[in-house]
Amino acid sequence: MTAIQYAVSDTFVLAKRSLKRIPRQPDLLVGFTIQPIMFVLLFVYVFGGAIDTGPLDYVDFLIPGIIVQSMVFGGFVTALGLAEDLKKGLIDRFRSLPMWGPAVVAGRILADVGTNVIQLVIMFGVGIAVGFRFNSSVPEIIAGLALLLFIGYAFSWVFAFIGLSASSPEASNAYGFTILFPLTFISSAFVPVETMPDWLQPIAEHNPFTTMVDAARALFVGTEAGNDVWAAVAWSVAIIAVFSMLSVWRYRRAVGR
Amino acid sequence: MPPELAVETTGLRKSYGDVQALGGVDLRIDPGMVFGLLGPNGAGKTTAVRILTTLLQPDEGSARVAGFDVVREPARVREHIGLAGQYAAVDENLTGFENLEMVGALYHLGRRAARRRAGELLADFDLTDAGGRLVRTYSGGMRRRLDLAAALVARPPVLFLDEPTTGLDIRSRLGLWDAMEALVAGGTTVLLTTQYLDEADRLAERIAVIDQGLVIAEGSPNELKMQVGGDRLEIHLCDGQRGEEAIAALTSIASDRPFIENGSVSVPVAQRRGTIADAVRRLDDAGIAIDDISVRTPTLDDVFLNLTGRATEQAEEEAA
Repeated sequence: MTAIQYAVSDTFVLAKRSLKRIPRQPDLLVGFTIQPIMFVLLFVYVFGGAIDTGPLDYVDFLIPGIIVQSMVFGGFVTALGLAEDLKKGLIDRFRSLPMWGPAVVAGRILADVGTNVIQLVIMFGVGIAVGFRFNSSVPEIIAGLALLLFIGYAFSWVFAFIGLSASSPEASNAYGFTILFPLTFISSAFVPVETMPDWLQPIAEHNPFTTMVDAARALFVGTEAGNDVWAAVAWSVAIIAVFSMLSVWRYRRAVGR
Repeated sequence: MPPELAVETTGLRKSYGDVQALGGVDLRIDPGMVFGLLGPNGAGKTTAVRILTTLLQPDEGSARVAGFDVVREPARVREHIGLAGQYAAVDENLTGFENLEMVGALYHLGRRAARRRAGELLADFDLTDAGGRLVRTYSGGMRRRLDLAAALVARPPVLFLDEPTTGLDIRSRLGLWDAMEALVAGGTTVLLTTQYLDEADRLAERIAVIDQGLVIAEGSPNELKMQVGGDRLEIHLCDGQRGEEAIAALTSIASDRPFIENGSVSVPVAQRRGTIADAVRRLDDAGIAIDDISVRTPTLDDVFLNLTGRATEQAEEEAA
């Protein structure tokens, strides 16, 4: 086999390892299946009646937003896993093997793409069950799914950086949620930005989540797209560029002792 | 041409900021030997292992493992080594079998070979029954055995064991020692670091004592013990005041001048056989009553105390 084939095979071996743990840890399994379903149901039935989204049904407004949020958090297993591997010395074992070194991170991120695909299926399934309907062309829907996975991929790098920087798996979890959770809420994901107080609106409008959610809405339910799709891609590319460099830097620092 | 050394280091240095971890270490380890790197916590043992296993770059000096330079040819080095560390580096959310299978896949053994090897190693380490269970249900000793098995997946010619039994109970340590002895019989070169002198004494053919980043002594366990003197007769008298009289009575059987230490009379002797009977007779003739008498062989604890002026941590723990 060539070096490239080895690199691919090593990445798949470690992605498989990362995926195997999900059904074995009840908290992770719940996080990936029941939690997104619960969020969809709570928002649609509890908040849905109170939130005026104009001509759009709330469920059509919500589903693209909540799916972007779940893509953003899909990478948290990467943070958890990398923090554990560092703490428990597994990274040292991997580095002493004749394998492709970057597979340690690449395998995790590939696994995240896999779990994100599963989450997409679950959430669109639940969404359609409670009344969500696509209102766009098939190429647009395909482009939308690709964009969601790309956003998920970008945030896997953010979580990789968090996992490599945190002092423990628990800390990585706490950082991930306290930093990202408010960011996803101060956006157009759950309520129209116009309903927020005046001082908050500019923050929400410039939040990249708003851009990403608006792009997803445009591609799935046919709202006005503007520049949102390209801006969402640009944001994702920028996040990947910055956080992959930061992750490589943290990785070298974390193992260089 | 003589057979190539399994491990060879020249002037290895490494510092972390102002703290010097290694201050110029030279090691030469012949193939097929168990080499013990002995020293207290923070002596530099782990730093040396991390450099030799390509996890860490040295600041100065060079090192070759299995004939390959650790800095210039790290990929070749990794193909020829196994590492089992202080922490059992196994994935808790995989089964024992899956852990070994994964390591085999990362050594690029091929799927079938990796699975076969995993089965063999589970059997070798008495883990066959536990092989299908998640590692998070394993005991500490089982995890260490699995960790050691993982280091052996590719049958590496050079094996690094960094404090393999630290933190284990006596029973698990004994089990691990048996496993290591079987390995060595198979011709693997082992570099073993430990802070337990009895471990080095039992397993290692040669030992380097390392302290504050420097090798302060090297030799076989017996050679090191000889450095602090051979066997000694230790006699505790009923009447502690009569020590000088006892020394006078025993000088003729001593190989060196007897002396009084901690209230006991200590007599260096050339041979163990018949010594106690001989000494009892002479003291009896002189009318000096004996409370207790024994022949004591120096331990590596004595070696360490002698070399560094400090007791080992293990000895301190036992004294405490």
